[in-house]
Amino acid sequence: MDLISPDLGLIIWQTIGFAILFIILAKYAWRPILSALEEREGTIETALYAAEKARKDMEGLVAENEKILQEARIERDEILKSANEYAAKIMEQAKDEAAKQGAKMIQDAKAIIQTEKEAALTDVKIQVAEISLHIAEKLLRKNLAEVPEQKKLVEEFVKDIKLN
Amino acid sequence: MVRKFIRLTALLSVIFLTFTAGAFAAAGGTEDKTSFIMHHIKDSHAWHFATVGHTHVTLQLPVIIYSSDRGFEFYSSASFVDPETHLFGKEHNGYFIDENDKLKSVDESRSFIDLSITKNVAMLFLVLAITLYILLSASRHYKSNPNKAPKGIASFVEPIVLFVRDEIALPNIGPKYKKFTPYLLTLFFFIWIGNLMGLLPGAANLTGNIAVTITLAIITFFVTNFNGNKAYWKHVVATPGVPLPLLLIIVPVEIIGLFTKPFALTVRLFVAITAGHIVILSFIGLIFVFESYAVGVASTLMVVFINIIELLVATIQAYVFTLFSAMYIGAAVADHGHEEAHH
Repeated sequence: MDLISPDLGLIIWQTIGFAILFIILAKYAWRPILSALEEREGTIETALYAAEKARKDMEGLVAENEKILQEARIERDEILKSANEYAAKIMEQAKDEAAKQGAKMIQDAKAIIQTEKEAALTDVKIQVAEISLHIAEKLLRKNLAEVPEQKKLVEEFVKDIKLN
Repeated sequence: MVRKFIRLTALLSVIFLTFTAGAFAAAGGTEDKTSFIMHHIKDSHAWHFATVGHTHVTLQLPVIIYSSDRGFEFYSSASFVDPETHLFGKEHNGYFIDENDKLKSVDESRSFIDLSITKNVAMLFLVLAITLYILLSASRHYKSNPNKAPKGIASFVEPIVLFVRDEIALPNIGPKYKKFTPYLLTLFFFIWIGNLMGLLPGAANLTGNIAVTITLAIITFFVTNFNGNKAYWKHVVATPGVPLPLLLIIVPVEIIGLFTKPFALTVRLFVAITAGHIVILSFIGLIFVFESYAVGVASTLMVVFINIIELLVATIQAYVFTLFSAMYIGAAVADHGHEEAHH
């Protein structure tokens, strides 16, 4: 029975003791500890929020970079394409030009050769005529006096010689 | 960690055994051993630490008496010790300490208040001093560097503070938890440190004393009811949604309910801690009842085992007392607690 009957003296001491403990702890322990914890939690929360925001910003930047890169790539491709086209066009033109030039040169050469050939032929003709004349002269000198018809015949022959 | 813990507990148990063994041996039959155990868990005007041979190592504590006719009186409990039997019983200035260690007046019609620094009051001062020391040195860290991670004693205190705030106060009280967190923290640390210190060899059974538990329960009762809002009192005196004839039954039940809450708090802590002490002392007592080596070894192992359990119980009971206090306060301050709790 003694065990479960509370002692008034101990109740009084316990009340005083607990009250003092509460007052001292509330002021000098719980207030600084709880406010420091709250402050720290606030700091951590702000830091986390800032980190999240920075991450999002980074994501935006990366996306923008990607976009710029993409645009640059397209532009580069376009430039390359048009340059290739232009080069091909130039090459084509040059080829045409060269072909024309070659054809013209061949034409010219052919004309010159023709002219030269004709000149040479004329020359040959003259020389053949002269040689023939010489031969004829030598022949004639021997025979001419003898037959006038013969002389006439030779002349006719020479006239007929046509070297093509 | 676990090994260290068990080693420490074993060490405590051994010290405990050596402290109590002599006294147990000195006590005579089984009857005396029972009374020895009861004496050990009860309050006393002297603090008996150990018995070495036939010498009692006892601290005689101050006796303080207040009475309306004589005012305050101060004595040493040594004045009430019979020089022949070394027990209390000697009369001094009209007072004596009876066989139940209660201070009595020779003149039975006189009324007085015994404000003595008894074993439990001395233990209370020790618990207060150690609690204050631990928590004030922890708070120093927060004052100097609030945004740094806790170090030293603060790293020991901080998780417990966070636990009480986030797991006990916040979920049970709700948005107004900040107002009551300091009280719950004080309650938790006082009970926990008191429980743990009560397990030390030679310590007093402070938190297993019904006067201590009833005081704490009454404080919770006052905190709860002084902070009770309109909805809470309406629930008690005129429970909404209950027809009038039923109210005649419900209202007395509700009013009794106000008092059963602190009663449950009182009894739970008192029984849990006192029972643990009795079990440990009983196992030690067995050794001296049977006087056999086998029982000695078995009992010692059991004492170590129970001591480990008691370390758990010390924490659980501190948690439970704080948790229930938070729940009672929460029910009293909740904005629309009734509607939500019952529908």
